[in-house]
Amino acid sequence: MRDLVSRRRFLEASLFTGATSIAYARLALAAAPTEARFVFVLLRGALDGLSAVPPVGDPHYSALRGQIALAKSGSDAALPLDSTFALHPSLTFLHRSFTAKELAVLHAVASPYRERSHFDGQNVLESGGARPHELQSGWLNRALAALPGAGGKEPGVALGANVPLAMRGPVEVASWSPTKIATLDDQTLARITDLYARDPLLSRRLADALESDAIANEAQAVASGDGDMAAEGDGVVARDARQRRNFGANFSATARAAAGFLKRDDGPRVAMMDITGWDTHANEGGAQGQLALRLRGLDAALQAFRESLGDAWRHTVVMIATEFGRTAAINGTRGTDHGTGAAAFLLGGAVNGGRVVADWPGLSPINLHEGRDLRPTRDLRAVLKGILRDHLGAAPRALEAEVFPASTTAPPLPNLVRG
Amino acid sequence: MTATQNSIAAAIAVNRFGLGARPGELASVEKDPEGWLRQQLKGAPPVLGGEGLKPSAESLEQVLALRKDLAKARQQKKQGNEEAAKVAASLKLPAIYRPVYLDEAQARFAHAVGTDRPFLERLTQFWTNHFAVSIDKIVVLGVAGAMEREAIRPHVTGRFVDLLMAVEKHPAMILYLDNQASVGPNSRAAGFLSRRGGAQAAGRKVDINENLAREILELHTLGVDGGYTQSDVTTFALAISGWSIGGEGPNRRLLRFGGGNGKPGEFFFRDVLHEPGAKQLLGKRYADGGVKQGESILQDLAMRPETARHVCTKLARHFIADDPPQAAIQRMKEAWLGNHGNLVKVYEALLASPEAWSGPLSKFKTPADYIYSAYRGLALPVADKRQSLQAFEALGQRNLMPGSPAGWPDTSADWDGSSALLKRIAWSDALAQRLGDSRNARELAPQLLGATLTDDTTRAVTRAESDAQALTLLLASPEFMRR
Repeated sequence: MRDLVSRRRFLEASLFTGATSIAYARLALAAAPTEARFVFVLLRGALDGLSAVPPVGDPHYSALRGQIALAKSGSDAALPLDSTFALHPSLTFLHRSFTAKELAVLHAVASPYRERSHFDGQNVLESGGARPHELQSGWLNRALAALPGAGGKEPGVALGANVPLAMRGPVEVASWSPTKIATLDDQTLARITDLYARDPLLSRRLADALESDAIANEAQAVASGDGDMAAEGDGVVARDARQRRNFGANFSATARAAAGFLKRDDGPRVAMMDITGWDTHANEGGAQGQLALRLRGLDAALQAFRESLGDAWRHTVVMIATEFGRTAAINGTRGTDHGTGAAAFLLGGAVNGGRVVADWPGLSPINLHEGRDLRPTRDLRAVLKGILRDHLGAAPRALEAEVFPASTTAPPLPNLVRG
Repeated sequence: MTATQNSIAAAIAVNRFGLGARPGELASVEKDPEGWLRQQLKGAPPVLGGEGLKPSAESLEQVLALRKDLAKARQQKKQGNEEAAKVAASLKLPAIYRPVYLDEAQARFAHAVGTDRPFLERLTQFWTNHFAVSIDKIVVLGVAGAMEREAIRPHVTGRFVDLLMAVEKHPAMILYLDNQASVGPNSRAAGFLSRRGGAQAAGRKVDINENLAREILELHTLGVDGGYTQSDVTTFALAISGWSIGGEGPNRRLLRFGGGNGKPGEFFFRDVLHEPGAKQLLGKRYADGGVKQGESILQDLAMRPETARHVCTKLARHFIADDPPQAAIQRMKEAWLGNHGNLVKVYEALLASPEAWSGPLSKFKTPADYIYSAYRGLALPVADKRQSLQAFEALGQRNLMPGSPAGWPDTSADWDGSSALLKRIAWSDALAQRLGDSRNARELAPQLLGATLTDDTTRAVTRAESDAQALTLLLASPEFMRR
């Protein structure tokens, strides 16, 4: 393992070597101004909310869903939440969290986007604008800018090689994913740092990368024995196969890394993860199958996150959302096409949970959006604004003016976190 | 042009429009940078295949045969045959597909590194990404590379309509976007199933899958703001219902309606699945003509101004700048519409745009660009299949796996994350350690970067404490990170 102390010393030494000092000073670790943690998990590809949170009590549900409908009872039954809703049987950790009042389930939610392009849908959800490509930065980044005392430290981290749109913007955000930098010696890194001195973007990026790497290494040293992070000497195809088998373990490793950042007293308070693969046009499956496997992986990763986070869990809210829902009815290939109203989740020790937050429109033909999709009855921005205000302490004025401009029709939803 | 202007133009030609300079190349390009690029558009596009690459139909035929064996083995397993259970477990799609994928990925990589027509290769890869299929959908793993060779390469210097038609009919695209079993609700197949009453009883629904139709409109032709509606998507999906793949599929019982099963693994129009009747799309009526109905729609889509604008904007963003100059887009669009979608005319309009020759280093290289340019610049052979694939995986752009039908993203912010940068540096350093003193970075720096080489980088490379470190610094330099 990398010698953390020498890396730290290198970082500190750099503080005194001219141009590079600015970049590092900005990252100086300081006591965080708040205990509250927030994680945004984006499920790219449009999660089928009617399978993840099946409305088994809705009289139209099972006919619309045909052979992928989930059952109310029996061996593969969905896990009950109330008289109308249940959770997919893969989501056992989430169900336990619901019972422990640490999970609030949202249904029939949507961003302001009403077309059916994944990419524009993700753009609206991540940018926080009312229309695609209206804003060039992300709401989560602008929220970081608006948080009390967020300046002067690295407030957010994106789990991945690059920073997704939701976290891009004026506030510098690090990205982190496992990199084997064992062969890089500090001398070479110092020379590259100097070579980047006149390139503001690259010098910022490199400084962030080294800082995140140090934090992750430290967390990993503490956790130890985690073999998922970097499988050495493994062929790409062999790894492919294992990842397919073991989607959950893969995402769990990322979730544990996120916890490693967030649990630190002086670490970032906000993190973002995104997972692709939810676009289930064909052979989606019911209690078993493609989507069931994905959901099981997600559930296991969230459990791993909770376990790795330790005491900080009680200060944490994890929001899990997707760009839009899927058609109410199955299509001709035992899957579902792009829809509108979706499900979302709020998970964590700080969540006012144990309830389904939904103004349920029903699935009768007349109630479907454009005759095909679950009608959205709540704006996701209201949920996000409620969390940012009540959990992270974002100023209401900044929420309206900068974080979610043109969202007055979606006032912050109260009571999502414990008072 | 002055000598300095020419040397800047040469650096732009090899880096922005090409795949990076090979040692000695800049000096010859400098005489006529634009002519060097135009020349690459002449003559038939190169054919990859000398390495024994398989046609997609052959791979798919094997897969169809395997499915049959699998079904048989499962049946026997049900009857308690333990040996058959083992056979069933061993019959796996990836076992056929993996070696095919590895061969394709290596051939593609080797070609990018070795080609004398790097501009043409950049264009090819642009189209492969425009018409993206992604190997994380396992059924595409063995045919994604073949789609590039069979549907894209032959048409890169042809007309857009022919490229479009070849791609949308390619089995890889049909499978990737689920069209093979999209069934018109009033088709003969649907009628047969409802008469039997089996479909409803089994909770099965006989209907279309609109995935391919939507992505053709949104991604391949008009663009998301191209003025179509949900009803156009649904109508188009009905028009291309029946666009499928030949061979014994899941529709065996439908054979009694005639039409046959086509050639295994090739595009096959299954009339029994096709929704009959005329269709009204984007204000135009298309008479019922079987496969011709969908073809006519594609022909019209290829020449819509919205399509020209959408694709030319992407080309300009890819080659010129993240925020593409409108004047260049307009020039390319006019070339498109004035020449029946002749792509060489469009590329020439791109090269004729002054914006294309200003502001060098405006684009942050994608990981693939970065790897290609390092291999070209250091004259590295593409020898070991797995090793060369690992570079793409380590830097976050696995061969033929963009992960979505939108393809890889194409702006700086999509690739310049702090972790991504560190991975590049770490990869370059490992490469430099391996090469040791077999490469001289001081001599290579001006040959690879030409007029874009900065004094800072020259100094860093000159003062390095070892040959390996000098090489790391060259590859990590701001000007090598960009194009």
